[in-house]
Amino acid sequence: MTDRVAQLVDELHGLCRDVGRRIQVMEVCGTHTVAIFRTGIRSLLPANLRLVSGPGCPVCVTAQRHIDAALELAGRPGVILATYGDMLRVPGRSGSLERLRATGAQVQVVNSARTALDLARANPQSPVVFLGVGFETTAPATAATVLEADRDGVENFSVLMCHKLVVPAMQALLDAGDVPLDGFLAPGHVSVIIGAQAYQPIVAKHRRPVVVAGFEPEQIMRGLLALVRQVAEGRAAVENVYPGVVTADGNRVALELLRRVFVVADAPWRELGVIPQSGLELAAVYRRFDALQRFELALGEDEGHPLCRCGEVITGKAEPSECPAFATACDPLNPIGPCMVSSEGTCAAWYKYNRVQGPGAQRVPEGQR
Amino acid sequence: MCLAVPGKVIECRGDEAVVDLQGSTLRVSRVLTPEADVGSWVLVHAGFAIAQLDEREALETWDYLRQILATEPADSERETQTTDQAPRGEGSPA
Repeated sequence: MTDRVAQLVDELHGLCRDVGRRIQVMEVCGTHTVAIFRTGIRSLLPANLRLVSGPGCPVCVTAQRHIDAALELAGRPGVILATYGDMLRVPGRSGSLERLRATGAQVQVVNSARTALDLARANPQSPVVFLGVGFETTAPATAATVLEADRDGVENFSVLMCHKLVVPAMQALLDAGDVPLDGFLAPGHVSVIIGAQAYQPIVAKHRRPVVVAGFEPEQIMRGLLALVRQVAEGRAAVENVYPGVVTADGNRVALELLRRVFVVADAPWRELGVIPQSGLELAAVYRRFDALQRFELALGEDEGHPLCRCGEVITGKAEPSECPAFATACDPLNPIGPCMVSSEGTCAAWYKYNRVQGPGAQRVPEGQR
Repeated sequence: MCLAVPGKVIECRGDEAVVDLQGSTLRVSRVLTPEADVGSWVLVHAGFAIAQLDEREALETWDYLRQILATEPADSERETQTTDQAPRGEGSPA
């Protein structure tokens, strides 16, 4: 721990002491969740400051019906399904893309939507479907790639649209009101695109502080300190403690691209149901690149596993250790829920960094909670 | 998955740029950061430069990423790595 971080920790303890009551804040982003575990920040926090993880892991919130559609498409003869590697092991109703690939299906792992487009160019006889997952950080890449496909007439390319928006999910959590939250630590790199001011509606409607922070220990501590300071002073504002990277207005080129290629639509989130105006669909002029339309496929319904409590985990209602399957029936090698699949999922982070070793030992030491 | 890594632009050709990610190079699109030029530092995510940032911020981020790469126990699953491990991994939107 650097001197600067130690000083921030001291300040945080002082502020939390002044507030006295329990303070609960949500780190929305999966990358924050992992960084908080990895760096041991949780163990440095005052006893009355509780961090809960939010629905900010795109792998975890991709609806099962979208995975099922990906499996259905990848199983069709001749189809190449291109996906970010994170999605390979997410369970659908009938297995995962990884299992399907083992049976001979053409499932290709790509690092970029553009690589999927290159696959389509290289295989003009094969329909190439790109699994478009991710929040606003990732969606502009898909938008730019669709424009490129349109410009170059790559008609065997299509996208299974699963992109989601962060702010509507945060609002939905507050609207539901069943988890007491004093504020949000907002995702750094989503904010690079949408800009810090995008969180203003949350502040305006719900009067909760939102602080945009980076992913290094000092940046996270600065973010927590800014949040607790607002709580202590009874304020609620958007604050950006990642100013070297995040601006108030975001990346205007990327935002314009999103507006041009996509329309905002209601979207299903895994375990959370349909959240109004929380996802992206292709705009009418680019709809021919929509995989569901091209293959005349309708989305089904999600069917949760009876043991899995991922839905409660990603809304801050339960900690992974409270799930009966955690580290018993469900572990990273045999995941039941998506939060255990993604290395940025809350359950996977708990499993890796915060699990008491030994059979049946799932509870986390009191000092770390 | 939403983590982007900083890189320095070392070559530009139209909408494409080659960025140096502290030793490894990657061809990325700069359509989202059209003003980025040779010598600029950019944040790279999913094959796209998504923002420019200053050198000090970029190098501090790399100090942190290097610490992670040095101390992180290897994941058993190769292809489920996320963006933060992208400099050494396959299949993540870096």
